[in-house]
Amino acid sequence: MSTASQDVATRNGVFARAAIYAILILFAVYYLLPLYVMLANSLKPLDEIRQGNMLALPHQWTIAPWLSAWSTAQIGVSPTGLKPYFLNSVMMVVPAVAISTILGALNGYVLTKWRFRGDTIVFGMMLLACFIPFQIVLIPSARILGLLHLAGTVPGLILIHAIYGLGFTTLFFRNYYEAFPTELIRAAQIDGASFFQIFRRILLPSSGPIIVVTVIWQFTNIWNDFLFGSSFSSVDSIPLTVALNNLVNSSTGVKEYNVHFAGAILAALPTLIVYIVSGRYFVRGLMAGAVKG
Amino acid sequence: MLRKLLIGTMLASSLVGYAATSFAAGGSVEVLHWWTSGGEAAALDVLKKKLESQGITWKDMPVAGGGGEQAMTALRARVTAGDPPTAVQALGFDITDWAKQGVVGDLGEVADKEGWDKVIPTALQNFAKYDGKWIAAPVNVHSTNWVWISKKALDAAGGKEPTNWDEFVAMLDKMKANGITPLAHGGQAWQDATLFDAVVLGLGTDFYKAAFIDLDPAALGGDKMVEAFDRMKKLRSYVDDDFSGRDWNLASAMVIQGKAGAQMMGDWAKGEFLKAGQKPGTDFVCIRFPGTQGAVTFNSDMFMMFKVGDDKKAAQLQMASDIESPDFQSSFNVVKGSVPARTDVPDTAFDDCGKKGIKDLAEANSSGKLFGSMAHGYAVPAAIKNAIYDVVTRHFNGDVDSKEAAKELVDAVAAAKG
Amino acid sequence: MTQTQAEIAPALARTRRAPRETLQELLPKIVLAPSFALILVFVYGFIVFTGFLSFSGSKLLPDFSTWVGFDNYVRLFRHPNWIVSLKNLAIFSVLYIVICSVIGLALAIFLDQKIRGEGLLRPIYLYPMALSFIVTGVAWKWFLDPGIGLEHAMHELGWDSFSFRWIKQGDMAIYTIVIAAIWQSSGFVMAMFLAGLRGVDNEIIKAAQIDGASTLTIYRRIIIPLMRPVFLSAFVVLAHLAIKSYDLVVAMTDGGPGTATWTPALFMTKFTFGRNEMGMGAASAIIMLMMIFAIIVPYLYSELGQKK
Repeated sequence: MSTASQDVATRNGVFARAAIYAILILFAVYYLLPLYVMLANSLKPLDEIRQGNMLALPHQWTIAPWLSAWSTAQIGVSPTGLKPYFLNSVMMVVPAVAISTILGALNGYVLTKWRFRGDTIVFGMMLLACFIPFQIVLIPSARILGLLHLAGTVPGLILIHAIYGLGFTTLFFRNYYEAFPTELIRAAQIDGASFFQIFRRILLPSSGPIIVVTVIWQFTNIWNDFLFGSSFSSVDSIPLTVALNNLVNSSTGVKEYNVHFAGAILAALPTLIVYIVSGRYFVRGLMAGAVKG
Repeated sequence: MLRKLLIGTMLASSLVGYAATSFAAGGSVEVLHWWTSGGEAAALDVLKKKLESQGITWKDMPVAGGGGEQAMTALRARVTAGDPPTAVQALGFDITDWAKQGVVGDLGEVADKEGWDKVIPTALQNFAKYDGKWIAAPVNVHSTNWVWISKKALDAAGGKEPTNWDEFVAMLDKMKANGITPLAHGGQAWQDATLFDAVVLGLGTDFYKAAFIDLDPAALGGDKMVEAFDRMKKLRSYVDDDFSGRDWNLASAMVIQGKAGAQMMGDWAKGEFLKAGQKPGTDFVCIRFPGTQGAVTFNSDMFMMFKVGDDKKAAQLQMASDIESPDFQSSFNVVKGSVPARTDVPDTAFDDCGKKGIKDLAEANSSGKLFGSMAHGYAVPAAIKNAIYDVVTRHFNGDVDSKEAAKELVDAVAAAKG
Repeated sequence: MTQTQAEIAPALARTRRAPRETLQELLPKIVLAPSFALILVFVYGFIVFTGFLSFSGSKLLPDFSTWVGFDNYVRLFRHPNWIVSLKNLAIFSVLYIVICSVIGLALAIFLDQKIRGEGLLRPIYLYPMALSFIVTGVAWKWFLDPGIGLEHAMHELGWDSFSFRWIKQGDMAIYTIVIAAIWQSSGFVMAMFLAGLRGVDNEIIKAAQIDGASTLTIYRRIIIPLMRPVFLSAFVVLAHLAIKSYDLVVAMTDGGPGTATWTPALFMTKFTFGRNEMGMGAASAIIMLMMIFAIIVPYLYSELGQKK
């Protein structure tokens, strides 16, 4: 890793460094505050929340809300907690992320190393797909899923998520592969390597960082999706976010905020873990290409 | 735990006592609804258990949020995909709108046999029937023109339950003087509109009908409407400054804790009081919004039935039949806080507020003073309802004055009609 | 400058000609075709569909039996909530994009100063992007609520004159949405800038230091200008998040107080699905798409065009 800009740093004075630390810590507090609010209140009995002060630490600590959110809270007519829905989400997210990542990688490969007339326009059009508001595609997507007999199925959900992830995955890989020396590809071609051989043996082995970025991005977006999940799932395929929404949204019933917060953190754990574990690779991956125009 | 036990007992009793019309052996129903959490979901579980005891599988498809808005979004996707659920929880004009699309089923077979026409209030039939055919099974009737008052705060303010607007204002003034927030309220458009419902109804049932049912521009923009807005402004002065965005149940909590004196809310609020261990009559009192005694604005949860294949038809009819069975009506509504959707259900299992609700409903039904609630989609279609919300909530937040609001109301309704 | 930039972004040679064999020549296009076809149908096809919808009298479901011309657009621009939405979008997107970029860049520069505990701070800055707003919005709502959140806590601590009640004030509430939105994405922008900073060529900085340039000058004159592509990428990501901002608003204010925090995305969703005004919802969607394209297309043009 280049430490070029860090060399600039060494010349700062003690005072300046103290100020920098202070600012960094201040921002850490800003970023952590909502998490604190959620954690603190998820460990309180409901009565304590009703009494006001949401920022205080619990007087009486309890893990009951967590247990409830996990396994006994009412989600629809059944008091199952969030537990059964984790698997549904995993079954949907993993293939959707895999498919959109693989397609994105291949698209990026073609768009940078096998250029053809109009490739820029093709790329531009795929990129614009990132920016379409999902609400407008809901009804026509439903129609197409119905025609394909995929309505209310896991493959249907996977298909939709994979399609609307293509724009971003293609963007990431294209930018990454653009910086990859084309000479290597050419040399391999001269040696008689085929299209897929080149991809597998030359590009893929060095794609680690960008795969991390793409997977994190796709995983987070699909895991957190609510709109498609609520519209295109059926009884056996309800994803976790929809279950969480059902847990926290009660129209005319009592709201158990402590359970809601516990549930929210539980539902976010997979994405949080992904971010924390791979955070370092994430920056490295961004550095390796995703942020370059 | 106690609640579950209670439901269990009710369930058992309702199963024993039920001599049902039987339509189905086996089959399944897929139900899209937004009763997804806490007590209301538990209440619905009573229906599920009942169907299961008849050999029918309940496929649960809950989508919560926005008072059914998310569920309606999902429903559009399901219908467009050609795969509608068996039954969908729906409200008021949404049911009519779906019926117009020609996608709903026909419950005539069970309704005729069980004589729904005679026992379900006409005002509800207007929505549960379309083109003379039964298309939905009403589960309950919520009435929205209630005021929930802390007994302690009421006693401190003279102890007399207000019976008209002036007495109500006097009570609120005293509460203010006693140092509490007189009116607990959450500033969300539908809550503002719930207040507005009551205020308009308080200016006369004819006026309510002219304004919200007939959408008469003269009533919508007239002096009386200006007065209604003035009264809203008056109510606003009894609400604390932090009201906006507050959930209705946090407003209830203010009354329960004695921080506030009263709350204007539908009868689902009762559940909050009961859950906090309060008793009707001793800890809190329930009265009709002063000036609206004898009249009821309702909001009824219904299960709208979609066209399904013959293999599912029997289960669908069975579900409709179970919903309208008096035992289910009683056990469900005791838990939910609402009153039965049929007028011949005994009130023995209900608490005092529930008994009063049942009596009021029957009275209002027979005297022609039972009206759909504008705020809850039983007076006007969604587009117009929301257009009224916009004006009411902006006025309540002080963005426009009363005269302007009345004028805007006429325009907004006209625009939404188009 | 141009020279250094050329040095940093390695010049790219192009493969002008694919191998001779027909299959090999077609293979890349065959590989790309399914994705492109899917995008054509599921994005552009649906945009056209929405376009048609916006000229129809659709209410509950798509209905192409009645055509109303530009009626939906006329009603849209006469609707006070739409005007409020546009105003809010302007305020929101400008503040959100500018502040996110500034905070992101600043944090990245600070974090790049051989900071101890960087490994701890970075995930703290990044994690908000991982959370869905369904419940996080409630946490923010409470925190900003004067009765139970920050203001209340300050009063308990004895700072009685402290007042922070923007979320309850119609004219200020949109700024609280900005605060929460910045919380969610500025860490991500920080990561982008950090990656950019770490990619800066060592030699340039060494040279500048030898020339006696101060730290500030090096950042201002050399490093920050080198971040141009990052600024652009950040701008695109943030702009699309701003225009699509929906969950956040629903969770925090649902458009209130009154109608003070409506945004175009909220408008579109509420009209299409809540108010059974699908035609008007589609019209608002088309306007939104036009705004998005107005931002993205020039960007794409400059980015892709210059490499030709």
